Amino acid sequence: MWIYKKMLEYPADVERVDPLYASYLFAQFGGPDSELSAGLRYLSQAWTMPIPEGKATLISIGTEELAHWEIIGTLIYKLTKGVPATELAKLGAPGAHYVQHDRALYPHDASGVPWTAAYIQSIGDPVADLHEDMAAEEKARATYEHLIDMARDAKVIATLSFLREREIVHFQRFGETLDLLYEYIDKSAQKEPVEK
Amino acid sequence: MQNRVRMLRKIQMVQFAVIDLNLYLNTHPRDRRALDEHNRLVAELDKLEEEYVQKYGILTAFSSSPAPWQWIDDPWPWEINYSR
Repeated sequence: MWIYKKMLEYPADVERVDPLYASYLFAQFGGPDSELSAGLRYLSQAWTMPIPEGKATLISIGTEELAHWEIIGTLIYKLTKGVPATELAKLGAPGAHYVQHDRALYPHDASGVPWTAAYIQSIGDPVADLHEDMAAEEKARATYEHLIDMARDAKVIATLSFLREREIVHFQRFGETLDLLYEYIDKSAQKEPVEK
Repeated sequence: MQNRVRMLRKIQMVQFAVIDLNLYLNTHPRDRRALDEHNRLVAELDKLEEEYVQKYGILTAFSSSPAPWQWIDDPWPWEINYSR
């Protein structure tokens, strides 16, 4: 089960409202390599991961991703808070979001495309799943770098830098898990009787 | 609010160290030094949270609450200005 803790993992703040920048952040709220995709990808894969280190890693990182999803949602909420609809209408993407969602959070990407489970893979082969996870961490890191390149708000940059660093740590842990998995596969192969 | 935010940020810092060590220990379960550090930080986190809950309200719905039920109290995590 999961327990909600009434706090953020990181103190996500913004200097001032910026609805256009908020629309870019939707890439990490409901895009292909978003925190939502990451969380559901790892948590879905956990059931069939054979080694104990792998099960723990998928559950721990999957859970942390949901906390990151909450942080991205908080940045979007703070960046759009109180901005009049007439202002949003001038900005393109924020206006389009307002028509269908007002200022509510909804998992779509930076161009408004709704989140889909087709963004993630869970193929049941643990070697393939872990490679998928490592690639996902690198793609999320690259997305954060694009977002940081375009940002001017120091507080937003601080939060995105924290999240970018977490992608690097997660990539490292998945890599270690993959090494442990190969060891496990080699050991299991040695134990199997040779067929004649 | 200022003291409350200061305490919350302290909890966030210690909790983050616990989260990061949790991930490290998942792939290094026999690293004794990391495990000792994890356990020391968990004790520190428990103490900080206990103090926070006493002063400002429960952090999870699995805590006992004074009347009336405190879980519904504002502010929620996204409503707090952390750098004030």
